[in-house]
Amino acid sequence: MWQYLVRLYHKLGSPRWFYQISGQWLPWLAVLSIGLLLTGTVWGLAYAPMDFKQGNSFRIIYIHVPAAFISLAGYYIMAIAGAIALIWRMKMAGIMMRVCAPIGAAMTFIALITGSLWGKPTWGTYWVWDARITSMLVLFFLYLGVYALAEAYEREELGNKAAAILALVGTVNIPIIYKSVDWWYSLHQPATIKLTQKPSMHPDMWWPLLVMIIGFYLFYAVLLILHGRAEILKREQRTQWVQELVN
Amino acid sequence: MYFDSVQAFLAMGGHGPYVWAAYAISWSVLIALLVQPIRKRRQVLKAIKLRRLRQGDN
Repeated sequence: MWQYLVRLYHKLGSPRWFYQISGQWLPWLAVLSIGLLLTGTVWGLAYAPMDFKQGNSFRIIYIHVPAAFISLAGYYIMAIAGAIALIWRMKMAGIMMRVCAPIGAAMTFIALITGSLWGKPTWGTYWVWDARITSMLVLFFLYLGVYALAEAYEREELGNKAAAILALVGTVNIPIIYKSVDWWYSLHQPATIKLTQKPSMHPDMWWPLLVMIIGFYLFYAVLLILHGRAEILKREQRTQWVQELVN
Repeated sequence: MYFDSVQAFLAMGGHGPYVWAAYAISWSVLIALLVQPIRKRRQVLKAIKLRRLRQGDN
C-alpha cells in the first residue's frame, strides 16, 4: 500500500506521465462538461420557472453560484499545489499552482460581474462595499497577485516559492468569504444550498443549478488539464519525449 | 418553455439586459479560457518544427 502510494506520487510528479494520462481523459471530460453547461444554460434561461420575488433576474444564479463555488475550490487547489511545490519541490505541483491562478481569477471575475449585474435589478445598485463582495474582490486580487509573483522571477524556483507563500497566506481569506454573510450584516442573501440541508429552492429551479454546478466543476478540470498540458509542452520542448511526440 | 413568446423570452420581464449581459460575458470568458491553451500549444508545436527545419538545413 505504502509503496503503491510512493509510486503514484512519483508518477504524479512527472510532467510526462501527466501529459499522457490526461490526454486520455480530456476528450471525455470536454464533451461531458460542455454538454452539461449548454444543457444547464438553456434549462436555466428558458425552462426554469421565474422567481416570484426577484423576477427573471434570478436566472443569473445558474452562472453566479457555480462560478463562485469554483473560485473558492480553485483557491484550495492552488494553495495545496503551492504547499506541495514549496515543501517537496514537486515539478508538477509548481506547474499546477501557476495554472490555477489565471483560471481562478477568471472564475472570480465571472462571479463578481454576474453578481453585479444581478445586484442592479435586485438591490438597486451594481456594487456595495459589503463583507461578501469585498472579500470576493480580495480573492480576485490574490489570484492576480499569485500569477504576477510567479511570473516576476527569472528563475522558476524563486517564482514558485514566492507565489506559493502568498497563496498559503491568502487562504485566511477563504473562511472569511464563507462566513461573511453570517458574521456581518450583508445585502448578500445567505447560502442557497447547504450540504447538510435540503435545498430551499423548488426542484424545478434546483435541478438546472445542479447541472450547472457539475458542469462548471468538470469544465474547471478540463481547463486545468488543457492549461497544464500547454505549459508542460512549452517547458519540456527540448526533451526527448516531446521531440518524439511531434513526429 | 417557460415563456409565452420569443419576445417575452428576450425581454425577461424587463430584466433582459442584465440576464443576457451576464450570460454573454460569462460564456465569452469561458471560451477564452478554452482557446488560450489550445493556441499556446499550437505555437509551441510550430516552434519545435521550425527549429527542426533549421537544424536540417545545417
